[in-house]
Amino acid sequence: MIIQALAFYLFAGILSLSALAVITARNPVHSVLFLILAFFNASGLFLLLGAEFIAMILVIVYVGAVAVLFLFVVMMLDINFSDLRKGAMQYVPVGLLIGLILLIELAVIYQTWSLDAITAAASISMANMGETTNTELIGANLYTNYVLPFQIAGLILFVAMIGAIVLTHRSRPGVKRQKVAQQYARQRDEAMEIVKVTPRTGA
Amino acid sequence: MASQELLINYLPILVFMAIACVVSVAMILGSLLLGKQNPDSEKNSAYECGFDAFQDARNKFDVRFYLVCLLFIIFDLEIAFLFPWAISLGEIGVFGFWSMIVFLTILTVGFIYEWKKGALDWE
Repeated sequence: MIIQALAFYLFAGILSLSALAVITARNPVHSVLFLILAFFNASGLFLLLGAEFIAMILVIVYVGAVAVLFLFVVMMLDINFSDLRKGAMQYVPVGLLIGLILLIELAVIYQTWSLDAITAAASISMANMGETTNTELIGANLYTNYVLPFQIAGLILFVAMIGAIVLTHRSRPGVKRQKVAQQYARQRDEAMEIVKVTPRTGA
Repeated sequence: MASQELLINYLPILVFMAIACVVSVAMILGSLLLGKQNPDSEKNSAYECGFDAFQDARNKFDVRFYLVCLLFIIFDLEIAFLFPWAISLGEIGVFGFWSMIVFLTILTVGFIYEWKKGALDWE
């Protein structure tokens, strides 16, 4: 139990610090690396909550794929970051205002929200869970009870795939490709020619 | 907080992470403390085969890397949907099986599209 609490404070502390470092780091590549650290710690927190599947997905999808994409974007966009930073101070009032509004909203939620109902509901579902794991419960519901959202998710992924290809794929003219079928279809007659050489004529 | 039995399974990973942290910090701190530090501007500058650095290290690169990465994310997510399906296949029966097959068919159509379009070819 004590290890659990220690692990919670460790993960939460590093998560907060690395989240702070994401927005304060001067080099955007360092920001992305701190974001990856934040993802890892968030997955540790999910694990402590017992949400194994979400923790693993956070590592596989966010760290494995989304962070790489962010790195690509940071490296691809050829932005002069010092120029970008010059004008940033003029947005501070707006940023502070939005932060304040979010803080007030959080305070209002904290005042009115009662955790008892949620914990009661959670304890009922936990009792029904028995020995089944989180991932098993997701699997038992997602593909049967939530089949429509599941298929829509598939269609969204399909659209994303088509969209990525349509937007970024250019077929380059004049590129020499290996065409295996054509190579095999080649016949002996068209590939070589037997020449009768007459000796001592030089031709 | 989750049940103890679940988290006990993850204790070895925590131990490994702690060891990894200790080892990497020890290496960096050790070289920092034991090594002779005598920097000058030439030693600290980027080394490029003896030349002065030609340009900024960060330059634009080909959009095709980006396409490969995007396609990777999509199939990564597809795999993520397969995990819960695989372990609960016994419970969800024929309907669950075929719902996944439909899902995979949709994505296979996309895969055939990108294959035929040449998005997976480099040149």
